[in-house]
Amino acid sequence: MSEQTKSQALRTPGLFARLSRARATRPGEIYGVPGQGNTLWLSALSIASFFFVWWLVTAMGWVRPLFVPSPASIVIKFAEIWNSGFTGIPFINHVMISTARVFGAFLLACVIGLPLGLAMGMSPVMRGIFDPPIEFYRPIPPLAYLPLMIIWFGIGETSKVLLIFLSVFAPVVLGARSGVRSAAIEQIHAAYSFGATRWQVMRYVIMPSALPEILTAMRIGIGFGWTTLVAAEMVAATQGLGYMVLSASQFLQTPVVILGIFIIAIIAFAFDLLMRFLERRLVPWKGRM
Amino acid sequence: MHLNIDDVSVVYPSSDGRPPVSALSKIELEVGNNEFIVALGASGCGKSTLLNLIAGFLAPTSGRLVLDGVPVCGPGADRAVVFQKHALLPWLNVLDNVAFGLQIQGISTAARQETANKFIGLLGLDGFQKSPVYKLSGGMQQRVGIARALTCDPKILLMDEPLGALDALTREKAQELILNIWNDTQKSVFFITHSVEEALFMGTKLIVMSPRPGRITHTFDLPFSRQFLAGTPARAVKASPDFIGLREDVLKIIFADEEGAAQ
Repeated sequence: MSEQTKSQALRTPGLFARLSRARATRPGEIYGVPGQGNTLWLSALSIASFFFVWWLVTAMGWVRPLFVPSPASIVIKFAEIWNSGFTGIPFINHVMISTARVFGAFLLACVIGLPLGLAMGMSPVMRGIFDPPIEFYRPIPPLAYLPLMIIWFGIGETSKVLLIFLSVFAPVVLGARSGVRSAAIEQIHAAYSFGATRWQVMRYVIMPSALPEILTAMRIGIGFGWTTLVAAEMVAATQGLGYMVLSASQFLQTPVVILGIFIIAIIAFAFDLLMRFLERRLVPWKGRM
Repeated sequence: MHLNIDDVSVVYPSSDGRPPVSALSKIELEVGNNEFIVALGASGCGKSTLLNLIAGFLAPTSGRLVLDGVPVCGPGADRAVVFQKHALLPWLNVLDNVAFGLQIQGISTAARQETANKFIGLLGLDGFQKSPVYKLSGGMQQRVGIARALTCDPKILLMDEPLGALDALTREKAQELILNIWNDTQKSVFFITHSVEEALFMGTKLIVMSPRPGRITHTFDLPFSRQFLAGTPARAVKASPDFIGLREDVLKIIFADEEGAAQ
């Protein structure tokens, strides 16, 4: 080793090298697990600073209330709508009808989509038949086929629920279909070696082992459902959270728009928490065997 | 119980332009009552293929397998399989995993739990009935797998490297446990392993297999498991001159196969 390289090796590493180097973990953690660590405090800080910046820019008058109304004005608007409704319809009705549309479509998508997905995973015939139509419509934005829904099914509830249903359906089917592959071949062979029928293998091995992926697919699916809600309520709706947001935007009632967005986000997040709770209760073994 | 494997060959058809592969060629094997057959051999010698044939997961290309006068065609509860790993159902507790075979056969809950409890006791798992299987150690998981295989009173136990994933100490304990269970239940066993010492210690009959094409090249009758069951400590059996001499002979055969394959 020459004198020059030796002195280079002895020099302390630069700031960047020190930051990018992995450190030994504390006891109780595993070295090198990607993304390890608790995020609760950072998330709380992130939310707090979001509201602080929002409050700051409105309180200092840096932007006009038309573009960004103050947090306080949202709360006031909420109290107003809570007490006297929006467009003459009680606030709770808007929430109920939208929730009913999304969850109705979600339940329908699960009732049809989960068995279909499992069948597609189990049978090449079913996969051959249903794969092309699902893969065809899946990437199309719901707004693109919204006119067709109206032409075919009118402006009533059917086309609204159907539009949400379609956006939930594809991820649910695909999740159930790939969940079929979760069972280890040893588990399947063990069942067969006890004389199980194909149906019993499906019922006692393949379906339980597909459950983690099915629950994930349901979580993703309901998320798609909420994102389609506003599009669905563009069609001749007279109530609903999506309708509330859309009609408020036409009258430049920005606080109502933001309020509607928050209500949708809160309901969707609450349901996601429920799904995560179910996941912990139903599949505590997920990824552990 | 009598299993007759008569002139069985398995040929995997050609694919992607490669020639057909002869996985097993002209296998002749008799398995009698309470025999403990151990299959040993280099990778690719067809041990697992042979086990899959007996289990009924695979049909022979030619020849036939007859179990107590009935040709084997498909898996059945008279031949229980113990896998190396991944075969337990993590959503069921120990009791329900052990009772799983009986559940498949439509036995009532009370009856199958009674039988399951008997084998849970036999395998030393008492007190763990309600434990989730994914929280057990590897050795305990394997005992659950063996208990499950025994519940349906199979004629023959097929064990595909059941101890391969265990650490050395647990493995020796498990060997003794399996021999004791085998002695208590008087089952026949077909056992695959990569460990020469394990093969010699456990079997009443050793078949050494060789690849390309997979075939049985040597057969040995073994006295060592009977010595252990008669009271000689396991380590004393494994350290006896007869055992060590045979171990070296078998190793020579297997190394010769490996070198033949390398050339």
